Amino acid sequence: MSRLPILLTLFVTMLGSLAGPAMAQSIDEKVNQIFANSTGWFVSFIFSPFPGTSFPWIVAWLVVAATVFTFYFMFIQFRAFPHSIALVKGDYSDPDDAGEVSHFQALATALSGTVGLGNIAGVAVAVGIGGPGATFWMILAGLMGMASKFTECTLGVKYRNEYADGTVSGGPMYYLTKGFAERSLPGGRFLAILFSIFCILGALGGGNMFQANQAHAQITNVVGDYPGWITGVIFAGIVFAVIVGGLQSIAKVTEKIVPIMGVLYVATALIILLVNYDKIGWAFGQIFGGAFTGLGVAGGMVGALIQGFKRAAFSNEAGVGSAAIAHSAVRTKEPITEGFVSLLEPFIDTVVICTMTALVIIITGQLMVNPDTGLYMLNEAGSAIATVDGNSGVALTSAAFSSTFGWFKYVLAIAVILFAFSTMISWSYYGLKAWTYLFGEGKSKELVFKIIFCIFVVIGAAASLGPVIDFSDAAIFAMAVVNIIGLYFLMPVVKRELESYLTRLKTGEIKRFKA
Amino acid sequence: MSGKFVVAYDGSPASKRALDFAAERAVANDATLVVTHVLEWSPYSFLTPTEIEERHKRRTDELERAEKALMAPVVAELSDKGVKNETVIKYGHIADTLCKVVKDTGATQMFVGRDGQGAFSARVFGSVAGSLVQIAPVPCTIVP
Repeated sequence: MSRLPILLTLFVTMLGSLAGPAMAQSIDEKVNQIFANSTGWFVSFIFSPFPGTSFPWIVAWLVVAATVFTFYFMFIQFRAFPHSIALVKGDYSDPDDAGEVSHFQALATALSGTVGLGNIAGVAVAVGIGGPGATFWMILAGLMGMASKFTECTLGVKYRNEYADGTVSGGPMYYLTKGFAERSLPGGRFLAILFSIFCILGALGGGNMFQANQAHAQITNVVGDYPGWITGVIFAGIVFAVIVGGLQSIAKVTEKIVPIMGVLYVATALIILLVNYDKIGWAFGQIFGGAFTGLGVAGGMVGALIQGFKRAAFSNEAGVGSAAIAHSAVRTKEPITEGFVSLLEPFIDTVVICTMTALVIIITGQLMVNPDTGLYMLNEAGSAIATVDGNSGVALTSAAFSSTFGWFKYVLAIAVILFAFSTMISWSYYGLKAWTYLFGEGKSKELVFKIIFCIFVVIGAAASLGPVIDFSDAAIFAMAVVNIIGLYFLMPVVKRELESYLTRLKTGEIKRFKA
Repeated sequence: MSGKFVVAYDGSPASKRALDFAAERAVANDATLVVTHVLEWSPYSFLTPTEIEERHKRRTDELERAEKALMAPVVAELSDKGVKNETVIKYGHIADTLCKVVKDTGATQMFVGRDGQGAFSARVFGSVAGSLVQIAPVPCTIVP
């Protein structure tokens, strides 16, 4: 392949330009500048608003899709919710299939890819800019997104590639190719290639740089400021050991600790809410009030809505197509069961965990309110709500939790680092699947991607939050553009599967093994 | 008296002692020995994306290895001795799965070896023999 040497040269050049004898801090600045300059055009295209408004077309694209799927499948996220829980509990699992990946394991692994900084830092960004009202739109987007996730994960399993050695590869690139061909639709291959390119960018952006960036922010928050590239190099080293060195044991440890951290996070949030139970009613008042008036935030109601929708999509990845890659590796006789299981993800991720973060930030009074008007005060730049200590992103969440439990910032620091790490491992897998779809399977081709991935860890940790978050969002949303086009064309396939399954469930042809 | 006896077997010296002991009883009672191997597995453990992808292949490999390396020599040995036998290989929680095999086969007795692990680790992690004392659905002989 001639593309590989070109890409490699590009990255070696990029690294070379960083490795001058400059001072440590200026390496960060240089990385930041190169990064912002080279990605700005892409970011402005993805987030360009509808002419004459400030509403980005991409946000509408995601919400319209989630709404279409919700109605097309007649509120499947609510109808199938109890059945999804039964599937995860293993009520419908044949005991003879023990030893294969269970629905629970598929869900847990997919969740550890999505539960992460989006839930901690992303929500803080949303509430910091869009005010409490953003929470309302975030929850709504989370509920609607369950239908998108259902659609894409069913297709991911249905159209995956199974190889002779028993391994599988699946995801949007496969259903775009095979599904479109099956329905004699043109352009499937083109969309699949486009998706793969965006998926690689998304893996390097939201799945990598944003994680490294916020992990570094969290560490400096605890131990004091130091150059970001140092964190980057350490993280890159560990990621390298796992994905190149094959040290699955490190990943395995993280996979085990991440769910515990998730539970600890939600439990702490619940305790903080209980301690401040008298303010819960007020907080929900702020959320509903802010959702429709904005309560003085930049951009008003539309500002709150955009922030809420953006963060929800970025956090639960519904409609993005990444979960379809994760779920497609599961062996199941019924592709639709993976759809049912996956619809729990946006619920757990956004409706439960993200809402907890938002409530804690609101209730602990991190956002400054003008006592005279009852409206939120903006910071000096006028771009976000002023906070008590001038915090934003993960530091804001940390301040909110620490205001009740001083020690929590240390727990949060560890949680953030682990979440960041497990999300990176998951996305390195998604990116790799897209990469092998484009360039073919093979050890050396895979190695090139893995090395690029590690380089971006360093860049992400060194760059400042603004450009990183913009690029991460842009790349992940670009995946959604392609994926959702595919979902529209293939949703009749899912409907057929759904109807057939529900009929067989009713007649008892699909057996319940556990009472 | 004919019938079925379940014996747990994992290739360890303790399970070999249980197998020999059970084989004698099976011959004396004209029973069929159900040699059962359980691969420890929890559907609630956590896997990485790569492990999920490779799971089916690994399971196939594990079953094949258990069949060839573990069960085949036992079957040959038992048949030589004139012990009627059948084999079961299953995934799951070891004690629970053994009990399930007993119920499924309608066995009237079960035999397990005891590896004599320390009291401390048995307390922390539990032991198969210890669990079976509590939950065995048929008389259970623990072979030291």
